[in-house]
Amino acid sequence: MTQLQQHLRHNLTLWGSTLDAGEKLVSLYSSEAQHLEELMTRTLTLGESNSAMVLAPRGTGKSALVDTVLKKLETTGSLGEGFVVRLSGLLQTDDRHALREITSQLRLETATANKVFGSFAENLSYLLESLRCGSKETSKPVIFLLDEFDLFCHHRNQTLLYNLFDVAQSAQAPICVLGLTCRLDVIELLEKRVKSRFSHRQIHLFPPDAFDPHYLATFTHLLTLPDDDGDNAFPRKDFARRWNSDVASLVEDIDVRRVLKRIHTTTKDVRTLKAILLVCVCDLRDENDRVDARRLTKAHTLLSGDAKTKLLHGLSFLQLTLIIAMSHLTHTYDGEPYNFEMVLHEYLKFSRRHSHTRPLPRPVVFKAFDQLKGLELIRAVDSNSRGTQREYRLYHLLVTPDQLSSALTTIPALPTDLQQWAVSAI
Amino acid sequence: MEVAVQDISDSIPCRREQIQLLVHLLGQGTCALPSSLFVYGPSGCGKTLVTLAVLKRLDIITAHINCIEAYTPRIMFETVLNQLSGTVLSSSNGYTSYASCDNLGDFVKHIKDIGRNKGMPRIAVVVEHSERLRDQDANIMPVLCRLQELTRSTNIVVIFLSSIPVDKFRASTGFMEPIVLHFPQYYKNEVMEILVKLKPEKYSEEFFKNYINLVLSVFYVATKDLPELKHQVQLNFQTYCEPIEKGEAAEGDMRQLWRNIEPHLRKAMNSVYLREVSSDQYERMQKLTEKNEPDHLLSNMSHNAKMELPFYSKFLLIAAYLASYNPARTDRRFFMKYHGKQRKTQAMIKAKERSSNQLVGPKPFPLDRLLAIFYSIVDDRVTPTANVFSQISTLVTLRLLTQIGGDDQLDSPKYKCVVSLDFIRTIARMVSFDIIRYLYDYA
Repeated sequence: MTQLQQHLRHNLTLWGSTLDAGEKLVSLYSSEAQHLEELMTRTLTLGESNSAMVLAPRGTGKSALVDTVLKKLETTGSLGEGFVVRLSGLLQTDDRHALREITSQLRLETATANKVFGSFAENLSYLLESLRCGSKETSKPVIFLLDEFDLFCHHRNQTLLYNLFDVAQSAQAPICVLGLTCRLDVIELLEKRVKSRFSHRQIHLFPPDAFDPHYLATFTHLLTLPDDDGDNAFPRKDFARRWNSDVASLVEDIDVRRVLKRIHTTTKDVRTLKAILLVCVCDLRDENDRVDARRLTKAHTLLSGDAKTKLLHGLSFLQLTLIIAMSHLTHTYDGEPYNFEMVLHEYLKFSRRHSHTRPLPRPVVFKAFDQLKGLELIRAVDSNSRGTQREYRLYHLLVTPDQLSSALTTIPALPTDLQQWAVSAI
Repeated sequence: MEVAVQDISDSIPCRREQIQLLVHLLGQGTCALPSSLFVYGPSGCGKTLVTLAVLKRLDIITAHINCIEAYTPRIMFETVLNQLSGTVLSSSNGYTSYASCDNLGDFVKHIKDIGRNKGMPRIAVVVEHSERLRDQDANIMPVLCRLQELTRSTNIVVIFLSSIPVDKFRASTGFMEPIVLHFPQYYKNEVMEILVKLKPEKYSEEFFKNYINLVLSVFYVATKDLPELKHQVQLNFQTYCEPIEKGEAAEGDMRQLWRNIEPHLRKAMNSVYLREVSSDQYERMQKLTEKNEPDHLLSNMSHNAKMELPFYSKFLLIAAYLASYNPARTDRRFFMKYHGKQRKTQAMIKAKERSSNQLVGPKPFPLDRLLAIFYSIVDDRVTPTANVFSQISTLVTLRLLTQIGGDDQLDSPKYKCVVSLDFIRTIARMVSFDIIRYLYDYA
């Protein structure tokens, strides 16, 4: 059982992909992969410089595709002496960091240790110069992979991008610049001088996302155990075979299909599916080792569900009273904002009507109100209202009447007068 | 795995479901960890306790940071690295951290190194109060979400703890949806079950249960917060037991005990979860009131509204308050001798109720109006000297008035009075001025 979980967990990590997914991707996007491979081979063998952009939605497998192509180049030996530099827009937040990272990935720290550079371009060209030995053809090629390319566009003056594209275009050294991004308008983010140096080669990946057969195929694929002989074969063959046939029959199950359909209509992102399956798989026991519709539904309800309604459950009755008062105020004043004094006024009116609930003192109510603000159930209209007293600052309620009513029906031991007040118009 | 769940839920009551889910998600042995988890729920419902207990039981190397404490990226990164590498700041290492690190690139690299040096263990980073991360650089949150991806091959999980749902975190690019777990607030019977564990040895369980029931009946409306309820239970127990200690009542004498404790609980209710004073101070205050001594502490606390001002400043402040809360058209009625009588009609009373100034808040007024009201409420003649004007600006620096616009010479400044009604009433009482008679809302 633990072995099963280990195998499946590996499949279900939210980022990477299954073991054989690389080949799948290549076969799926064969022309794009071909294109990429061609580009890189040219840089590697002919000393030609290139730049290209890979565009696809999140979770499609941009990085996985590029990695697979690189691995293929490595095994065929055409990568040869070439270097691969990986940068991520999330990590290298400015060009200085990026340059340091490039230096360390090219293993040139010692070469640059005691040198002072006047400009960024000088530094970069020095780095590339160091890789050169002899003529242009014999210089070591470098492949730059820029993950989250759109974030590099926000760097000051786009120096890094300018220099990289400049080097690529003017054929100073053989480099290949590959940008990976999910933003379709990324070209518009480039400055004019940077844009003119970019080759405008765009490779789009369009994931096939129909429910049947693609989504279902992904579903089975994620849950399938390897049953052939390989490095990572599952030790118990019979179990793996039974498991796989179980999974295959699962797709035919009408309830499973309904749940999957619901997930698919909300989001086509595979990672959501992975998260739900992970919860299912984690729940497996020795005595009960099947993923079934019930488990899937349970996991789905666990991960979906309205967070605000859940949050309302945790509130004290005082806070709930305030929320109801505010929802009444929103209703009566047509969405106009209101301050604490008005809410307190409503609250006091309510507790006066129901004599058995003694109104709480003002500071306590104010604190409760403050906590609602902390939970971000209410939001101040303008954030910098310096000079106005806190009780007169204007707020909006961020809870919809639907959320409120659905929460109120499920809270146990809710006082009846509160419930009645909530449903009554005024 | 079931053993671990059982062990932990024995020590942490009423959280079995959450513990089970967390243990199963993290898995045992050398299992691959999920890349990030997001745990949310109201404060004081055991998020941190459960998470840390589970991580400890599963032998995962843990770094635990609080975003209130680690308010800059540098502090955050270095604390995490220190905890993961086991570096303890001491005089032997000259109080130097594991590494100096102030950017994400280095942070990721160091984590990779630590993972490699320790032989690829399972690592967890617990980020408490993670809602504060949103105030920091936009890309810290996405990087933490996908730390496992960025560090490659390191088996690391980042667990965010927050009282705010994940919906409020989706702002920047690259945010990867973590697996979301919800910790619900304890139900009333669960609170009961946990609080009973506080029982002192001297008393029977039945007796203590009754006591908790009493406390809950008073406080549960105002707060469901377990730490707060716990605090109140501990605070008031001594007073509750007093009649028994003195031999005035038996343990079963519920009504006698209730009569004794009720006023105390009501008083505690006034300050429930305000914590104006520490529990030690509070107990001392209780004792003082019993002896009927003038308690300076309490009076200091509750009447911090008292403030000593110069004579004219008081009148200026009162004038400012009147100008802020009365409509300008009613000035004639309040401050002139022969303004002519006005009949109150039903419609006027209705209109007044609808737009009460006490609800809407203070309105700005020009300097001239302030001075006009000031001259008419001060009995003796005051010459408009620089002295009076400087007192106005003093009131502004004391934050009793705020100035709106009018920084240049031409534009006359406008002011707003920002004190509460209680405050101004005490001020007015000091100069024996009946302010209520002059307020439009009450007159």
